[in-house]
Amino acid sequence: MSTTTLSRPTGGATVTHLRCRECGETEPLAASHVCGFCFGPLEGVYDEDLVASRVSREGIQAGPASLWRYADLLPTLTDDPSVRVDLGTGWSPLRPAPRLAARLGLQDLWLKDDTRNPSGSFKDRVVSVAISAARALGIDTMACASTGNLAGAVSAHAAAVGMPAYVFVPASLEQAKILGAAVYGANVVAVDGTYDDVNRLCAELADREGWGFVNVNLRAFYAEGSKSIGFEIAEQLGWRLPDHVVAPIASGAMFVKIRKAFGELLQYGLVDGQLPTLNGAQATGCSPVATAYEAGTVDVTPQIPDTIARSLAIGNPADGYYALKVADETGGAIGHVSDDEVVRGMQLLAETEGIFAETAGGVTVANLARFVEEGRFGSGDRVVAVISGNGYKTLDAVADHLGPAFQVSPSLDDFQQQLADRTA
Amino acid sequence: MPTVRIPTPLRKLTDGNAELTVDGSDLRTVVKNLDAAHPGFAERVLDDSGELRRFVNVFVRDEDVRFQQGLDTELSDTDVVSIVPAVAGGAE
Repeated sequence: MSTTTLSRPTGGATVTHLRCRECGETEPLAASHVCGFCFGPLEGVYDEDLVASRVSREGIQAGPASLWRYADLLPTLTDDPSVRVDLGTGWSPLRPAPRLAARLGLQDLWLKDDTRNPSGSFKDRVVSVAISAARALGIDTMACASTGNLAGAVSAHAAAVGMPAYVFVPASLEQAKILGAAVYGANVVAVDGTYDDVNRLCAELADREGWGFVNVNLRAFYAEGSKSIGFEIAEQLGWRLPDHVVAPIASGAMFVKIRKAFGELLQYGLVDGQLPTLNGAQATGCSPVATAYEAGTVDVTPQIPDTIARSLAIGNPADGYYALKVADETGGAIGHVSDDEVVRGMQLLAETEGIFAETAGGVTVANLARFVEEGRFGSGDRVVAVISGNGYKTLDAVADHLGPAFQVSPSLDDFQQQLADRTA
Repeated sequence: MPTVRIPTPLRKLTDGNAELTVDGSDLRTVVKNLDAAHPGFAERVLDDSGELRRFVNVFVRDEDVRFQQGLDTELSDTDVVSIVPAVAGGAE
């Protein structure tokens, strides 16, 4: 065998095949997410030698101001630039949050502000990776099961590359999220049921239509996109890991992939140090993972969601089992908070740091406050909270709590009088 | 007889059939009868203790059997049983 048969062209695929996480069976790269033997999840297997030979801090820093700066660490099937979808997703700000920190009793708190993505949530990351993989695989129609944010992300990215999209959402979804997908020309399919019903319908459809369901049959590629949150946190801290991370849990995939990202940075020598604790945030009205955590088990009992945090309302979370294992492995906790605390968390974040997050952000901030109260973080520890979506998507959640501070006639006297009354 | 929808990974066992009608008045019996007709079927959906595998969801009358009586969920002749692999992404 000549050496050339083993070499890959520069810019080739970073993943070579799919492998079952549970039983180790392998399958060729395809739009396939379930092990043909044991039903376990399939994952892309990286060519680790290739990745190690390519990846460096300098190379990353010279890359684009998007998640594609980490292309060597993502499951890319080709470097053909016409295949990759880049709407400027990722590389979102990591901001120090001194005023929120002071309110919570912390000294070194940072916020990963993923409200800033093209369609307003971290889902743009996973979709960028999934649609790029779909195009490399020759898939011509995109689809997803969504609690709303994913619908917007798929619709936007599919539109930008001229692909038709079918996005399946619960019919009860916030109007902003339905409109926020439909505006891109996507086919919004409103399903009379919960997200879990939508998910099941899509799992059956993915078997039949040949479409690329980003979070079903493309999940092996899709989920890896969330690693970019972890990569960015470390790079933006000057190639250091924080002490603690707090992130929301819906399916649990993002939470698990942040852990994976930190592991890969350590593996490839891009950072050194200790893994942070990974702490998960849920709303009480949909807290299957937090409930399992409290019970000390990794077996998640499904729930019927009832919470304003609809983007987290997955009662049967696909990666709940793995999220529990990550929390346990890293010494983190998984908590849950009431809907009232969610709204107060949204307001606290906005009032102290000028970030208007959707309900999931309120869930994260409220759980962060709980974790501090419980003494889980030392006051000087470096904590990063992941703020995953934009508040303009869930105006309904705060509508009953906020409004104009003054109601005046267009008269100087009227306003000054009211102001004086108020401050008297 | 109840109708059972077979997901792609199991169709190798069912001669490619996506739907089968199977005798049985509860889910446990249907799985047992499927296994008799298509040896190896039960092993694929049940774990060592005879419970549904972690990554297998079964829906009867469009509801997850974990919200019903699990393998003891009763079936009528017109019921549709959907076997749907869980959608998990995994970690490492």
